[in-house]
Amino acid sequence: MPDSAIEFQGVWKRLGTKVVLRGVDLSVARGECLVVIGRSGSGKSVLLKHVVGLLQPDRGTVRVNGIDVASLDEGELLSIREQMGMLFQGGALFDSMAVGENVGLALREHTPLPERQIEEVVAEKLALVGLSGTEAQRPSSLSGGMKKRAALARALAMNPKIMLYDEPTTGLDPITADVINRLIRRLQDRLGITSIAVTHDMRSAYHIADRIAMLHEGRIHAVGTPDEIQQTRDPILRQFIEGSSEGPLLPT
Amino acid sequence: MIDPETADAEDAALAAAPWPKRFLFERLQNAGEVFLLTGSALREMPAGIRKMGLVVNQMAAIGLGSMPLTVIVALFTGAVAAVQAAYQMRDYVPMIYLGTVIGKSVVIELGPVLTALVVGGRVSAAIAAELGSMRVTEQIDAMETLGISPIRYLVVPRLVASIVMLPVLTIFADILAIAGGYLVAVLTLDVSGHTFTSGLKLYFKIQDVFSGLLKAFFFGAIIATMGCYYGLRTEGGAEAVGDSTTRAVVASCLLILIVDYLLASFLFRVLFA
Repeated sequence: MPDSAIEFQGVWKRLGTKVVLRGVDLSVARGECLVVIGRSGSGKSVLLKHVVGLLQPDRGTVRVNGIDVASLDEGELLSIREQMGMLFQGGALFDSMAVGENVGLALREHTPLPERQIEEVVAEKLALVGLSGTEAQRPSSLSGGMKKRAALARALAMNPKIMLYDEPTTGLDPITADVINRLIRRLQDRLGITSIAVTHDMRSAYHIADRIAMLHEGRIHAVGTPDEIQQTRDPILRQFIEGSSEGPLLPT
Repeated sequence: MIDPETADAEDAALAAAPWPKRFLFERLQNAGEVFLLTGSALREMPAGIRKMGLVVNQMAAIGLGSMPLTVIVALFTGAVAAVQAAYQMRDYVPMIYLGTVIGKSVVIELGPVLTALVVGGRVSAAIAAELGSMRVTEQIDAMETLGISPIRYLVVPRLVASIVMLPVLTIFADILAIAGGYLVAVLTLDVSGHTFTSGLKLYFKIQDVFSGLLKAFFFGAIIATMGCYYGLRTEGGAEAVGDSTTRAVVASCLLILIVDYLLASFLFRVLFA
């Protein structure tokens, strides 16, 4: 099995009239948490969706455990997706289902587990994210932070080996954001899950990352450990991590 | 696969093309995508049908939910048909044929087509709005990420429910429209109940009922497919959901009328000629 769990090689992607990715090269080691930072609209989420096969590159390859995701047929894609979990920016909980049904959906669809056992797993995953006893609630009755945590429980239901986080702390108050950050870090340390998180929340990035990569103008502009990134002298990276409006990056 | 470097030039060339060419290109693209969606739905049909709970929920939403509308439309359609047929037949055609005219026109055309148009407006809009909202809130992406096919889980139950429920609603509509015609004929047109029912039975052919129900089957497929197609291809926010809903309703209604003509031509010029 290759050392890299996830590898992008020369990935180009065009959405509508905009070329979003212009030759992205990036690899994520097994058990590593890589945080991708970049400005809004820089293509971070697009990058993430390539890993799970929601988007296919126009040019280049995305390999997961050495397998080119774009070359997989529907059945193979299904089996590779069972090893992955993805936390979407807004949670993306299914409105028509209660929280418990959301969390247990993949188990009901893909495993022969009896209903009682599924309910136990659902309760366990909800407890893991601090949402015990919310099984019967509708997603519409949850706060933003609770939605994200419930979505995280759903993503973890199948015990994935790879986790993808799309803006895990965006829109949350600092305390709830810290709860999510700690949870992601704890999953990383306890279970050794390979993760990619995309965010522009630098506090979150420093907290959860083993390495940080900056996506800028469709390419990986810089990669380094959180310490290396904090000490960088690169003007673009410096301006971004300091959140300054003055510098080479112009307001959009 | 798109070449990101040449695609801009291709887009610019299409945008600069005269509108008939652009319109034709876009409609052909829509047609191609609808065929692909239908193909996927047919492939996933055996697995999708096994999710009986989802299918039954959709049948209730489409069938029971549309019943009050269908009842009102059918009753008034029959009533109007009776008044206008009696006006046109007066002085030329014996009133025994009033039941014949109403029976035939309702079973062959008015029942299936008007039911499909009113139910189609309601159901294709509801499907497009629901799936469109799921698309823009990334619920469809989340479903795929969980390894669950949106075609199997969302499209097939709606398609099956619509295909089953449209003929069922049409049968109710046929009965109620004829009842509406009967009531108006007996109560306001001086036609006796016996005369009306005798006329109804006079040229009754089971193939007429079959034709109407076959039409309803196809209309059911059109309504669900248009709702699902425009819902799933929604991109953007709330405005895009509204746009998809409108497009689904317009496309359903147009296709119902076009397919009605094609089926009528096939059934009455070829099959039962």
